[in-house]
Amino acid sequence: MYSEKVMDHFTNPRNVGEIENPSGVGEVGNPVCGDIMRLYIQVEDGIIKDVKFKTFGCGAAIATSSMVTEMVKGKTIEEALKISNKAVAEALDGLPAQKMHCSNLAADALHKAIEDYQNKSKKAS
Amino acid sequence: MRRVYLDHSATTPVRPEVLEAMLPFLKDEAFGNPSTIYSYGREAKKALDEAREKVASLIGARPEEIFFTSGGTEADNLALIGTAAANEKKGRHIITSSIEHHAVLHTAQYLMRHGFKITFLPVTPEGLVRVEDVEEAITDETILISVMHVNNEVGTIQPIKEIGHLARERGIIFHTDAVQSVGKIPVNVDELNVDLLSASSHKIYGPKGVGCLYIRKGTRINPILHGGAQERKRRPGTENMPGIVGFGRAAELAGQELDSEMERLKGLRDKLIDGIMNRIEDVQLNGDREKRVATNANFSFRYVEGESLLLSLDMKGICASSGSACTSGSLDPSHVLLAMGIPHEVAHGSVRMTLGRDNTEADIDYVLEVMPEIVARLRSMSPLYNQR
Ligand SMILES: Cc1ncc(COP(=O)(O)O)c(C=O)c1O
Ligand code: FES
Repeated sequence: MYSEKVMDHFTNPRNVGEIENPSGVGEVGNPVCGDIMRLYIQVEDGIIKDVKFKTFGCGAAIATSSMVTEMVKGKTIEEALKISNKAVAEALDGLPAQKMHCSNLAADALHKAIEDYQNKSKKAS
Repeated sequence: MRRVYLDHSATTPVRPEVLEAMLPFLKDEAFGNPSTIYSYGREAKKALDEAREKVASLIGARPEEIFFTSGGTEADNLALIGTAAANEKKGRHIITSSIEHHAVLHTAQYLMRHGFKITFLPVTPEGLVRVEDVEEAITDETILISVMHVNNEVGTIQPIKEIGHLARERGIIFHTDAVQSVGKIPVNVDELNVDLLSASSHKIYGPKGVGCLYIRKGTRINPILHGGAQERKRRPGTENMPGIVGFGRAAELAGQELDSEMERLKGLRDKLIDGIMNRIEDVQLNGDREKRVATNANFSFRYVEGESLLLSLDMKGICASSGSACTSGSLDPSHVLLAMGIPHEVAHGSVRMTLGRDNTEADIDYVLEVMPEIVARLRSMSPLYNQR
């Protein structure tokens, strides 16, 4: 039911873990099934230098988490904000229809992490 | 790669002896319609009668009380809808449990939408229906009680005999869904005091798409399908001869091997349960440990999600199932685990392993070897695990 890419990211997820003193953290729960994802970003000069995730969820949730970290690494904040749920799903060669909601987790966590970073930097300045 | 099938409650492979019995009925040798009078028909009729005897014998019934259906789902539908329709003048109240298979649960909900009052009994944290709760739920309007014999998810064995006794005293029709108990524990319709009992062939190494409803002589029930006079008008339609013959043979073999096989599987199951509980932290066994069918183990692994566990197991060749929301299609976690009061996030990390004929000691060793690594890997990815 899952594409090879999904299975690859599920088996060898990229960027699993946490960042100490991150620039931003985003945590989202999936209201549909109850799964949880947390994403950490390290931003330097407006560029996402490092990103890590932890996910409690199905194969699709873990794979989309892993994929989104690959997609944002090295991107500017502006570029990262443009990454949509759909883009993540497409990068994984698609998800089964009943699993599309899982991809929301990853992009939403990313956007939340960026929001957190922006709030923090506003306070600092 | 090594393959270990641990989902025998979902379905089982057809046994070679069963296939052999079925083959003539799929070929030109024995294709006859049992309702016809010439030789082909008479031969088919004889095979139909023999299959009926074999199934009846497994559950201590008389052959004329066995009505073949397209499986457990249809038997459950016939039991509930057929009884409701035949007895609605007497009352419109039905009692069932909150841990029934969807074939009963959704049929009860369907009847509810059509004006019947349904009581869904709660269960204990161990997944057992309390006889006192049944007694309390009975009203003058109650026409049917339906409680499953063995639960398909957590394997608990319900107090059917006691509930049946109660139903008999009150003159209420009593149905049990025995799809997960027939062939796995001794089932005798007289000892259990049941009037209606559902069984299915593909759970006992017979073919899919065939089962039966046992209807005690004298029980008021209407058909839900209308057509010819087959199955004494209770279930019209030309008989699924290969299926029924296969079911008969499977029932015969299950009866012969019941004691020895269940003793063996109980040993394997206990090894599996003890092994998992000893090797992995933060695991719970779901369902009563004692009142449990020999084939079932159901665990919740905290801080991990069931589907990702199943995928990881599958990569190691192990086939199991889960009550996780993420595997359910409807994205709700198992109604059985929730009814037992198990929190959403714990139900989410549940895995059911159900044993069968093909499983060996070496299979269990293999599962015990790979499971700790799998759980550890997923926990290392889980945002819930570090929070402790
Ligand atoms: C308890 C129970 N009842 C009913 C059924 C449905 O049986 P069938 O698949 O033959 O329709 C099943 C099997 O999934 C079951 O486990
Ligand atoms: S995150 Fe639960 S179904 Fe995918």
